[in-house]
Amino acid sequence: MLNPFDFRSSVREMERLRQEMNRLFDQVDRAPGGSLISGYPAMNIWSDGEGVTVTAELPGVNLDELDIAVQGNSLTLKGNRSHPDLGEEVIVHRQERSYGHFRRVLQLPFEVEAGAVEAAYENGVLRIMLPRAESAKPKKITVKQA
Amino acid sequence: MAEGHEIQVQDAEKQEIEQSSAERTRSRRAFVPRVDIYETNDAIILIADMPGVTSDSLEITLEQGVLTLDGYVDTPDPEDHALAYAEYRVGDYVRSFTLSNQINQDAIEATLKDGVLHLQLPKEKPTSRKITVSSS
Repeated sequence: MLNPFDFRSSVREMERLRQEMNRLFDQVDRAPGGSLISGYPAMNIWSDGEGVTVTAELPGVNLDELDIAVQGNSLTLKGNRSHPDLGEEVIVHRQERSYGHFRRVLQLPFEVEAGAVEAAYENGVLRIMLPRAESAKPKKITVKQA
Repeated sequence: MAEGHEIQVQDAEKQEIEQSSAERTRSRRAFVPRVDIYETNDAIILIADMPGVTSDSLEITLEQGVLTLDGYVDTPDPEDHALAYAEYRVGDYVRSFTLSNQINQDAIEATLKDGVLHLQLPKEKPTSRKITVSSS
């Protein structure tokens, strides 16, 4: 059974997180063309009220060169997309895919339980689960009857 | 990571296809996949970024010199999560190319790994024929 009080508070918490996210991202310079994307790779942030899950489309990244680091409330994603090795005598007709290094730091509105972070990479989509640190969880304080 | 090329923010942008411009059987949003096209002596090589596409959800057709990539994306959203902030949207990938070279259709090789399609289109070897001029 879902406790209605818990449910309400988690909805509130989610809303608070959403507002916090908007505030954090509003501070970031918008990319050329008025895009809302503030770095490579573009990220989507999901919340379940407890922690967040970050997803990013990162096709063709060598996992050996992908570095995910969490410290305090910041997530750092570093990696490399390398050129395909096609030999010397190649005519380039079109090159729209991006190559090179990328680095992106994401500030979260809470401290992350660094030891419990999990990441998965499937079909070129990266998913990082970032649970909130125990110390950063909202505490309910009961007021004692005097 | 100071040395080497740095990927730019605009590289994260996805180009959406206008609903009206493509005849599609699925009413999902669709994007133009970013591609590289290279040519070697004996093949055309096409590399396409299609994150979220699996080998089961990718259709490649070559018909009368037109190559079409059709990738369906069905990546599940994180369970019990609500989207709090979005920088990119998820959708299918559709793109067509007109090939100027004659392609040996039976020898086309396609591999898909980590959301990147690698398509090897071997050129049809021109059948060389020696023409002898007869002197009358």
